[in-house]
Amino acid sequence: MSTLSLAVRDSSTMLRRNLLHARRYPSLTLNLLLTPIMLLLLFVYIFGDTLGAGLGGGRSEYIAYLVPGLLLMTIGSTVIGTAVSVSTDMSEGIIARFRTMAIHRGSVLVGHVIGSVLQSVASVVLVGAVGVAIGFRSTDATVVDWLLAFGLLVLFALALTWIAVGMGLISPNAEAASNNAMPLILLPLLSSAFVPVDKMPGWFQPIAEYQPFTPAIETLRGLLLGTPIGHNGWLAVAWCVGLAILGYFWATAKFNNDPK
Amino acid sequence: MTNLAIAAEGLHKSYGEKVVLDGVDIAVPQGSIFALLGPNGAGKTTAVKILSTLLSAGPASGGIRVGGHDLATDPQAVRAAIGVTGQFSAVDGLITGEENMRLMADLHHLSREEGQRVTAELLERFDLVEAARKPASTYSGGMKRRLDIAMTLVGSPRIIFLDEPTTGLDPRSRHNMWQIIRELVASGVTVFLTTQYLEEADELADRIAVLNDGKIVAEGTAGELKRLIPGGHVRLRFTDPAAYQSAAAALPDAARDDESLSLQILSDGSQRDLRSVLDLLDSAGVEADELTVHTPDLDDVFFALTGKLEETVR
Repeated sequence: MSTLSLAVRDSSTMLRRNLLHARRYPSLTLNLLLTPIMLLLLFVYIFGDTLGAGLGGGRSEYIAYLVPGLLLMTIGSTVIGTAVSVSTDMSEGIIARFRTMAIHRGSVLVGHVIGSVLQSVASVVLVGAVGVAIGFRSTDATVVDWLLAFGLLVLFALALTWIAVGMGLISPNAEAASNNAMPLILLPLLSSAFVPVDKMPGWFQPIAEYQPFTPAIETLRGLLLGTPIGHNGWLAVAWCVGLAILGYFWATAKFNNDPK
Repeated sequence: MTNLAIAAEGLHKSYGEKVVLDGVDIAVPQGSIFALLGPNGAGKTTAVKILSTLLSAGPASGGIRVGGHDLATDPQAVRAAIGVTGQFSAVDGLITGEENMRLMADLHHLSREEGQRVTAELLERFDLVEAARKPASTYSGGMKRRLDIAMTLVGSPRIIFLDEPTTGLDPRSRHNMWQIIRELVASGVTVFLTTQYLEEADELADRIAVLNDGKIVAEGTAGELKRLIPGGHVRLRFTDPAAYQSAAAALPDAARDDESLSLQILSDGSQRDLRSVLDLLDSAGVEADELTVHTPDLDDVFFALTGKLEETVR
């Protein structure tokens, strides 16, 4: 069997295993969905009028502004679960067994990554459905825009997932993994998800600007709502590709080290 | 060298200052059971982990070949030849026993039908049919260990590593496990097992190596090891100090233990030997309250070689 077909076959076996875990124990994934949904409802129904007024509109304008950011935040939240499950998995004896089997070495991690990206997409669809239910409508998005938006979400999920897998691998236990991955859900709070960067204090703007969430959010907004994307599109792709490559090499290096 | 399933020269491993394995040579012929015997912390698990490609060997190690393949240059070929059951159960607790088996079948690239056949056969053989659809985390210790071995056997490995396969098992499960191991070897498989139970090594192994502090301190068959030390003796216990003193006078060669009022006389345990001891006691007019005959077993070898207990060499 060639290396590639071995890799594909073993990775899909590992993916089946991870999806089985997720299906049998959905509580972790569902708990992580609560954060973005709570924030969505909180910001729309409690702060929405005021924040919408600040944008020169009302609550319905604020829903439109908020949803793209929360869709990306959902990914940040879902991958915390990835870090936790990778860390838990590594402490199980079954991983030692995999390491002594003649299987494609990377398949264990690839299975986790693909499983997690699929979970992220499912979570985004759920949070998106809540957004639509409370009044979010995409304005003049074409089919190409929708496909690009979907592609961006998948690419973003892939990037954050590889980083989260690395975080899971360096964490000695589930609690540490959850703590280490915390920045992935805190970063969107410091991005343009809730208020525009140019409405933030001047000293804070660089922090909001030079991080992966802001360009990705601005690009998604542009695709779904027709706001100007500018250089954010390329920036978002560059961030995603950079993080994915970094996370991939970091995680595989950690995985190939002698287990402790 | 071709008829050796496992051949390792000068196995070394250290973590910083701490030397775990200090030049261990291992040679296991095909189709035999080899037991690595040693106390906790002797380095048994580390040796298994290195030979099963889980850990890299220390740079000072010599050549290591497992199943005819070089461990350093072709670890994948080694992995294809071996099966490993570690000390801590290597089952996926979140999925059922049957799913665990199917997972192994998929990773060994068996066809669907073949996977189903092997799964059903092994679940049956290891008495796991009833529990097959329950999550493995709900299994008892003995059931987990059986599932673990069953998973190891899915790929029909020619060499099997068993790291303390009966630790924590009740006596019945232990005997079941021994039976399983004997059946494996009967089918031509080579078994490398570690244990801290002398009885287990004596019961199963063709060759035994005693590992202590990262070094092999003795190696041979159970019989050869037993011959290494003169462990056979007769032990006489007294309750009356006066009787003890006169017996000690009558048996000048005996080792004395004044505290417990007991005497230990070297003996091969034969009838003639015992009679001469009893005759000496009779002529001195003393009677022992208790007489026990101790034939050398691996315990004597083990304790003598690993220096954990001075009692047997006193």
